[in-house]
Amino acid sequence: MSPIVSVEHLGKSFGGLRAVHNVSFNVEPGEVLGIIGPNGAGKTTLFNCMAGMFPPSTGTVHYQSENVTSWSDAKLARAGMVRTFQLMRPFGSMTVLENVAVAAAARGAKERDAMAQAWEILQRVGLDHYATRTSKDLPTAGLKRLELARAMALHPKVLLLDEVLAGLVPTERQPVIDLLLSIRDNGVTLLFVEHVMQAVMALSDRVLVLNHGETLAYGTPSEVVANPEVIEAYLGDEVTNVDSK
Amino acid sequence: MSETLIQTVPSPLHKKKFFDGNMVALVIIVAAVVPLPLLLESGQESVAIRILIFAMLGLSWNIMSGFGGMFSFGHAAYFGLGAYSSSILLVNFGISPWIGMVVGMAVAAIYGVIVGWLCFRYKLKGTYFALATFAFAEMLRIIVQSSQAVNAAVGYNVPLIKGSSWWLMQFPAGSPNYFWLGLILLTGCLLATIMFARSKTGQFAVAIREDEEAASSIGIPVLRYKLKVIAISASIGAVAGVFYTQFYLFIDPELAFGAYRSIEAILIPVVGGVGTIWGPLVGSVLLAPLNDITAAILRNPPPFLDFLQGQSGLDVMLYAVLIILVILFLPKGIFGSIKDKVTRK
Repeated sequence: MSPIVSVEHLGKSFGGLRAVHNVSFNVEPGEVLGIIGPNGAGKTTLFNCMAGMFPPSTGTVHYQSENVTSWSDAKLARAGMVRTFQLMRPFGSMTVLENVAVAAAARGAKERDAMAQAWEILQRVGLDHYATRTSKDLPTAGLKRLELARAMALHPKVLLLDEVLAGLVPTERQPVIDLLLSIRDNGVTLLFVEHVMQAVMALSDRVLVLNHGETLAYGTPSEVVANPEVIEAYLGDEVTNVDSK
Repeated sequence: MSETLIQTVPSPLHKKKFFDGNMVALVIIVAAVVPLPLLLESGQESVAIRILIFAMLGLSWNIMSGFGGMFSFGHAAYFGLGAYSSSILLVNFGISPWIGMVVGMAVAAIYGVIVGWLCFRYKLKGTYFALATFAFAEMLRIIVQSSQAVNAAVGYNVPLIKGSSWWLMQFPAGSPNYFWLGLILLTGCLLATIMFARSKTGQFAVAIREDEEAASSIGIPVLRYKLKVIAISASIGAVAGVFYTQFYLFIDPELAFGAYRSIEAILIPVVGGVGTIWGPLVGSVLLAPLNDITAAILRNPPPFLDFLQGQSGLDVMLYAVLIILVILFLPKGIFGSIKDKVTRK
């Protein structure tokens, strides 16, 4: 099976700052790839380059065997590679339903269909009882779900999730992890940046560790947490006891 | 988020109807004001017509800057291009202002798209975008003012005809037809705004206004829709310009492209309610008669305002006071603030 996403020698520099350097990996369809690393390791920059937010300085990104390195984020999203943001970015004056419907419409759904699809997705993510409220009134956990719902409205094949659990208290995390698992079970490939190791271990098939913009380790969760370099650079001792899935 | 709620919440989809509250309001308002010219004196009718022109201009600005979030300080350009397109075609070639209006709308839309594209090409946003729109409008004013091909600073007088002609948009002084013509055009502009607000383009425009990057990340082609919104806004501005010229039978570079026109376009929705369908109408009802009210006061002031006799500039002062009051106490404009209070209940 050919990889659904293939990143080769990807690099991004901002002036003299080398944010990402020579990162390569493949992601198989239906796979879940966790991306971890200390703050400033280049995780979000990697996502931005992959999602077409800005072009990489070097290297290529292939999606479904097509070179998409120069594609815009909008074109990639319509093609099924969708990202979410670390800081929630709802369309504040719109209702929760409209937020999701506008994404469905961007994919090409007609107005009535877009609304119906948005409603179904809201039911699935458990936001239906907030449907007619303005999105800026949602609590953090609701906003996280809204980000996911909006991405799901695009019928993604690949989801790039940037710290989807950040800001959630432990009791709020498990329902979101369950939701991600159900999205994965529907055949969506997940790449997610995360600091919550419990989620990384529970969800990931493989884990990519970045440090100073470069690949520090790449392997199964149990391989990665046992890697002495990863422990030293990022994990410390506390998470090495967290079970993988 | 209780799981039981998921099953019990009724779908809000049934709320989407074609003939919604805005359409009902439009029908009621139009029906209510149709007999107005039969009840008003001649001077009052011209104030009513100015309200219609102001409302069209305000609606135009509101689409681009209120719904679309692209702050324009150069709406005079669209107004002026509409006014000049129809005047040139009518005076030089005898072509009906209706056709002139279509041409003016197209010219304004093309101009808006070109200026917009240039601004976005160089990533101008916010204040810089506003200043660029102002600069382009001023450039147009200076070009027209110094170009003999379009009568330079003299401008155009619309040739008078005998009797009435809907085709040439000309009626005898004091005819109620001017008001009805303006009302038809304004109704069209309001209808366009309502349809825009509920359309995919309108929804995308609001999403882009709220967060351009997030909008792009969900697949909205941001540049294309921004330019589309500018084109719609420019077209409505041109309609206002055409009607203005046909009513006053005269246009010159200052009246068409002057900065004051751009300021009017901003103030109307700011007072009424930016980003709302009805805000520009409310703003125009308040602002358009201001000149006449102040002129009347200055002509024959009440005893306690005797010191104002013979002075000028009271309308500008009142404008300023009104704007300060609105910004202080009703930052979302009159209609916007009322709407906010009602929807929060």
